[in-house]
Amino acid sequence: MGRAQIKKKNVFIDMTAMSDVTVLLLTFFMLTSHFVKKEPVQVSTPKSISQIKIPEKDVMSILIDPKGRVFMGLDRKEDMTEVLKTMGQENNITFTDKEVNDFSIMPTFGVPIKIMKRYLDMKTEDQDAFLGSQENPGIPSDSLNNEFKEWVKVCRDQNPSLTIAIKADQKTPYAVIKKVMNSLQDLRENRYNLITDLKEDPNKTK
Amino acid sequence: MSKEGKTKQKKFNCRVDFTPMVDMNMLLITFFMLCSSLSKPQTMEISMPSNDKNIQDKDRNAVKASKAITILLAENDRVFYYDGQPKYNDPQHALTETNYNADGLRKMLQTRNIDAYNAMIDLQVKKRTGDPTLKEDSVYNNKLDAITAGKETPTVIIKALDTASYRNLIDALDEMHICGIGKFVIDKITPEEKDLIKKFESFKGATAK
Repeated sequence: MGRAQIKKKNVFIDMTAMSDVTVLLLTFFMLTSHFVKKEPVQVSTPKSISQIKIPEKDVMSILIDPKGRVFMGLDRKEDMTEVLKTMGQENNITFTDKEVNDFSIMPTFGVPIKIMKRYLDMKTEDQDAFLGSQENPGIPSDSLNNEFKEWVKVCRDQNPSLTIAIKADQKTPYAVIKKVMNSLQDLRENRYNLITDLKEDPNKTK
Repeated sequence: MSKEGKTKQKKFNCRVDFTPMVDMNMLLITFFMLCSSLSKPQTMEISMPSNDKNIQDKDRNAVKASKAITILLAENDRVFYYDGQPKYNDPQHALTETNYNADGLRKMLQTRNIDAYNAMIDLQVKKRTGDPTLKEDSVYNNKLDAITAGKETPTVIIKALDTASYRNLIDALDEMHICGIGKFVIDKITPEEKDLIKKFESFKGATAK
């Protein structure tokens, strides 16, 4: 009897230490990580040695996929609301409060303004599917119909402290990048960030 | 004796089973690991010349032809360069083809910018070894700017064909940072230069045959 009891006691493993470790790890992950933004298209950025980090807030991100479609995103909800309202006014489209609210919580948007209303009336799953699908041409940025320029202008008027960050796929032809950069230059947005992955600096080994 | 027994029982009750807690924590950790990216994305800051025509002309004049290197980015990761003014009448020798490897574009730029490059490396080594005067990032950046944008350093003009990829552009910009070139600009390619590449290609094709 006595022997068996001792054995039973040994089976009970003290999980306190384990719990300590996991809580520590959890804290670490919670503090160091930031959530991946939902992006409509998969983009693999080119690598560079630059180590400048992107600012925490007030970022206007411009996403360019390999086929040249342009998407945009703002990180503040209030900005998104105002921007959509202004864009609606300029294009003679009135958005309902529900539509504006739906729009303001989107991480990325990128449909021509003409179909924006139809797009906002879709269900959330349909919206996501449509945004990444082939049917969606993205924000038009041609010289004839440069909605992209309008968006950037409205965003800048709304929040002058915005930092522009361009995130493009490494296979994107330069023609598309040129179009976007030209639009930005026309608006006198001459300073912007190009988002890249980290590569080791060859000078460091010396 | 009875007292001892009581304390023993109390001790036994004190023991909380942490297994579910650990389970939950592990789940949360997994969730955070999957749903988040650890590092913030890196960015490369560039400033483009304004589209304003008056300003651009002034800037153009400032670039001495002898100190200018023009890099032309073409499709399929090909890259050409020429010094100063292109020799349009001698397309065969007007361009030099190179590549994005360490012994291509980088070596070329480093040899032309050797003084500034060495100074930059010295500065970086000093910074890494913990020089107290370089502790402040602003001081370091000012010094770096002074070195890389010095009077004798070359000016690099990057021009890309429409068929070049975004990666080529980033690679070229990256080489500027690696080689310590502070004066560089992205410009539009001219039809003459496009023509030059075509002619250069045809000459190369002819000699290969």
